[in-house]
Amino acid sequence: MSDAEAQAVREVKIGNTEGLHARPVMRFIDVASRFQSKVSVMNVTRRGEKVDGKSAMQMMLLEATRGCVLRIEACGSDAAATVEALAALVESGFHQA
Amino acid sequence: MEILRGISVAPGVAIGEAVVLEAEDYRIPYRTVPAEEVANELSRLASAFEKSIDELDKQAVWLNAHLGHDAANVFEWHIGVLKDERLRGSIEAMVREELAAAAYSASTVMRKYQQRFLQMSDPLLVERIRDVQDIERRLLRNILGEAREDLAHLSKPVILVAHDLSPTQTAQLAETKVAGIALDAGAATSHTAILLRSLGRPGVIGLKDVSSRVSGGDLVIIDGSNQLIIANPNEATLDEYRQREMAFVRLADELDELKGLPATTLDGHRVYLCSNIEFPREARVGIAKGSDGIGLYRTEFLFLRPEGAPTEEEQYKAYVEAIRGADGRPVTIRTFDLGADKYTQQRSYEQERNPMLGLRSIRYSLQNLDMFKVQLRAILRAASHGQVRMMFPLINSLMEFRQAKMTVHDTIEDLEETGVQVRKDIPIGMMLETPAAAIQVKEFCREVSFISIGTNDLIQYLLAVDRGNERVSQFYSPSHPAVLHVLRDVVQACTQSRVDCSICGEMAGQPLYTLFLLGLGLQTFSMAPANIPEVKKLIRLVTMAQATRVAKRALSFETDRQVTNYLRDETRKVLPEDPI
Repeated sequence: MSDAEAQAVREVKIGNTEGLHARPVMRFIDVASRFQSKVSVMNVTRRGEKVDGKSAMQMMLLEATRGCVLRIEACGSDAAATVEALAALVESGFHQA
Repeated sequence: MEILRGISVAPGVAIGEAVVLEAEDYRIPYRTVPAEEVANELSRLASAFEKSIDELDKQAVWLNAHLGHDAANVFEWHIGVLKDERLRGSIEAMVREELAAAAYSASTVMRKYQQRFLQMSDPLLVERIRDVQDIERRLLRNILGEAREDLAHLSKPVILVAHDLSPTQTAQLAETKVAGIALDAGAATSHTAILLRSLGRPGVIGLKDVSSRVSGGDLVIIDGSNQLIIANPNEATLDEYRQREMAFVRLADELDELKGLPATTLDGHRVYLCSNIEFPREARVGIAKGSDGIGLYRTEFLFLRPEGAPTEEEQYKAYVEAIRGADGRPVTIRTFDLGADKYTQQRSYEQERNPMLGLRSIRYSLQNLDMFKVQLRAILRAASHGQVRMMFPLINSLMEFRQAKMTVHDTIEDLEETGVQVRKDIPIGMMLETPAAAIQVKEFCREVSFISIGTNDLIQYLLAVDRGNERVSQFYSPSHPAVLHVLRDVVQACTQSRVDCSICGEMAGQPLYTLFLLGLGLQTFSMAPANIPEVKKLIRLVTMAQATRVAKRALSFETDRQVTNYLRDETRKVLPEDPI
């Protein structure tokens, strides 16, 4: 039970030039969808709302351009691994997606 | 079962499955479904999502193979959005909780997102609106039914349902198995309606939201005679309409028997019923329906095609085809009537604020002399193949008529210089369709060979009603006493000056006005070929004395309602069994 409610949070800065546009959003969702945890993402820089990290439409609403800081939250049995993988993806510049 | 009322474009009954054309940029109106329909609506939604994703997957494979993966990647996000469970969840919730129709729910949710993108500061993200619109359209098309590209390959007759059709799209229907038409938009005298009428297939327009109320595959009855459509009829209604469909075929056969007989009144007064045509091949159709010639050949429809203006040779061939189709009977060719809602608006960089009062018809021709002369050359060359007359649309002043006529003479000289012999005495007339021309009719009579009254524009300008605007089109009434008086004055002036006068607006083909127009002394009527048999039947059952009396009485009323009621009563006395 306690595992299922595990939470993890990380803040990462967008480093790639194009920011969180269509293709990076799809990379993000690909990775997020491999995990059980619920993922929510917030654009700290713009003080925006929290969106579903597995929704292609909502992720696009983050308006996350280069330099913005994202707060990635995961909630579920694999929360820590989820956040780890997503943060790595963002920091790598979405593998030059 | 659902009954919707609109405006009829062509009488008759058609029954078939609906094909709904893609919803372009218009709002899907709010519609709820009964609670027991929710499951159906949700499965309609689910299969629309599935189909949309499938289409995009296939497209991505194709793009990847032909243009590389950069091109294919453009649609990656589209697929992502269609697979977005949260998005689909909120659309489904709207159907389930608010009992909203699938199309409305999908459109509402997608438009909320479009609004969000619109507020963004990053121009690249604002561009995302186009993608969302694209996804919305694809989804709606898959919810509402078939796509337009399939129309040419229909295997069985269908009922075409759409928000609106452009004149070009309508023209293309001629070659399809579309049995009946239902449109949200439209007024009885719009160019789309005119074209639909000439197709002769039952149609109802101005239904406001039929394209969102009917889904692809629904069984639909078009009742053009009673201006309504019935979606998903019950068994009893369907049986009734199947019988009416048969009865309609019988009536058509009965009227068909009249085709070899002249339109002569009981007391031997000969009337000429000609056809209005848009396409050269219709000339033959009109003659087959018993018409006495082509009273109005609307040549602008040659121009309404994706390739743009036709060459002189293309025009020449079309005119010759129409003239040959008329088989020795007179053919009146009207020079192109472009402008307003046709052709020129799409091509001008600055859209006119008031195109009906703008650069249209003869004004457009005189400002585009090169294009005009190409047409005149083609008409003049074709004229040697038959009994041809030429007329100009929307003549509003003597100067305009003189200038147009001068252009014809210049063109004749040009042709002769290059060794082409043409008929110099081709009769040149005018369409009388503005109040100014009606007031100056006596002056015009001194210069024109003939006058053809175009009632559609004449009524619109006389009554200051945009015939294409559904909100005021009810004020567009040929029965308005002012219209009747102007018609009387024009016919009188022409009779006194011995100038040939005919009538070629929609009014000429409406049996309701036949007795009145006949009574004014008009001898030539031009109308959609489909209307000829019924008007002929009516004329053959009355005397001139009777018609003159009706016209005189009709002119004595003060309101259009009185006029309409009176004319309906008089017409019913002659044709008790026909719906007028």
